[in-house]
Amino acid sequence: MLSNTTALLGKELRTEFRSRELLTTTVVFILVIVVLFSFTFDPTSAESRRFAGSLLWLAFLFAASLMLQPCFLREQNNDTLSALRLSVADPFAIFVAKLAANTLFLLLTEVLMLPVFSILFNVPVFPVFGQLVVVLFLGSLGVSIAGTALSAISAQARMRELLLPLLLLPLLTPVLVASTYVTIGLLDRAPYMEWKGIGFLATFDVVFLTALWLFGEYLLEE
Amino acid sequence: MTPVDSPAGIRFENIEKRYGGLYALRRVSLEIAAGECVVLAGRNGSGKTTLLRIAAGLVRPSSGSVTFLDSGKGPMQGAPKVGFVGHATMVYDELTAEENLVLFARLLGIAEPADRAGILLAEVGLDDRRSSLVRTFSRGMRQRMAIARALLNQPEVLLLDEPATGLDPQGVSWLAETLRRMRDAGHTIVMSLHGKSEISSLATRAVRLEAGSVMADTRTGGSLSSILTFVGA
Repeated sequence: MLSNTTALLGKELRTEFRSRELLTTTVVFILVIVVLFSFTFDPTSAESRRFAGSLLWLAFLFAASLMLQPCFLREQNNDTLSALRLSVADPFAIFVAKLAANTLFLLLTEVLMLPVFSILFNVPVFPVFGQLVVVLFLGSLGVSIAGTALSAISAQARMRELLLPLLLLPLLTPVLVASTYVTIGLLDRAPYMEWKGIGFLATFDVVFLTALWLFGEYLLEE
Repeated sequence: MTPVDSPAGIRFENIEKRYGGLYALRRVSLEIAAGECVVLAGRNGSGKTTLLRIAAGLVRPSSGSVTFLDSGKGPMQGAPKVGFVGHATMVYDELTAEENLVLFARLLGIAEPADRAGILLAEVGLDDRRSSLVRTFSRGMRQRMAIARALLNQPEVLLLDEPATGLDPQGVSWLAETLRRMRDAGHTIVMSLHGKSEISSLATRAVRLEAGSVMADTRTGGSLSSILTFVGA
């Protein structure tokens, strides 16, 4: 399975870095959201510290729902999903490659957005950059696992463009709450790591990954 | 072409496929012996594509079963290597011809993916375009890519859904010659076609589907010509 996953991850990265469609769109979209938030909400420094975590994760979540949409839709253009299903020994490899690529793209977008966010909301992120990346990784992984699975489901449905955000946003509420909780702690005047939130995120990731491993094959069927 | 190591046949038993209340296939029972070259004929919507996709394992039947058979017509140990050409090209537009074939060769576990990709690109006449993105290809060139992808693992069973789509006359001749060699080497070929052609002349058997049911079969009395002529009508 490892060699299949590596080959498919290579394909995902190559096609994206060749077209840059997803990354460009998502970066622009998230930038617009963050700037709009800063226009409509003019916080004091204390308020920023209190609300920045929520705003940041809301922006990331909206961006993720945009980024994850084409994940399986793109495989339908030339029915390449059928070719993949006929070629891989374990269909879980298809999911692992896609969610790894999605996590990487999301993380990249988030890391690019942090300095902009820091400036617009006057919240110093660099002293806690390392810890923030841990939260971003666990949160983005959760978003990608659930989003990749739902993308596979919604790609075969009618109203597919509308279905993913409708399914994804409610399902990711626990990730949003836990990630926000941990991020607010890190952006505090005296930063601290909220380990309970980290534990919750790690558990969410493991549970959803296991469910995907067990039931993923059925999501790919016509 | 070297003879097939483990020839494989296919047995469809009482296959039904329903999409909601619509029947795509109704109690289809069909046995295709190892090494046969079968043409599935029938009008649009008669169930040919669904039957081929069920045989490939891409669609699960609502009821009934598909069994691969060895040359003694007993159930095969393990699954045979299957090649499938569908309506869509099943290759990535954003990858080059070579990248596509190497990717699928790697996924199939082929030992020297680049070498195998090179051989097939030469065979389908796309060697000089190996580094071009597939999105720059014409429909016929994409169809050649689709066929090359299906042949990567030297399949014992080849399932082709209207394989000549988009091919020019030279392409059709090339495909007919390739399939003739594969048939003679013992590969089992099942293909859906519209009308008589150079490719249909390779058939050792023809089956006509109508509204999801088998209506005629050369094995049970229909003539190859009448079945194929009907399709062309």
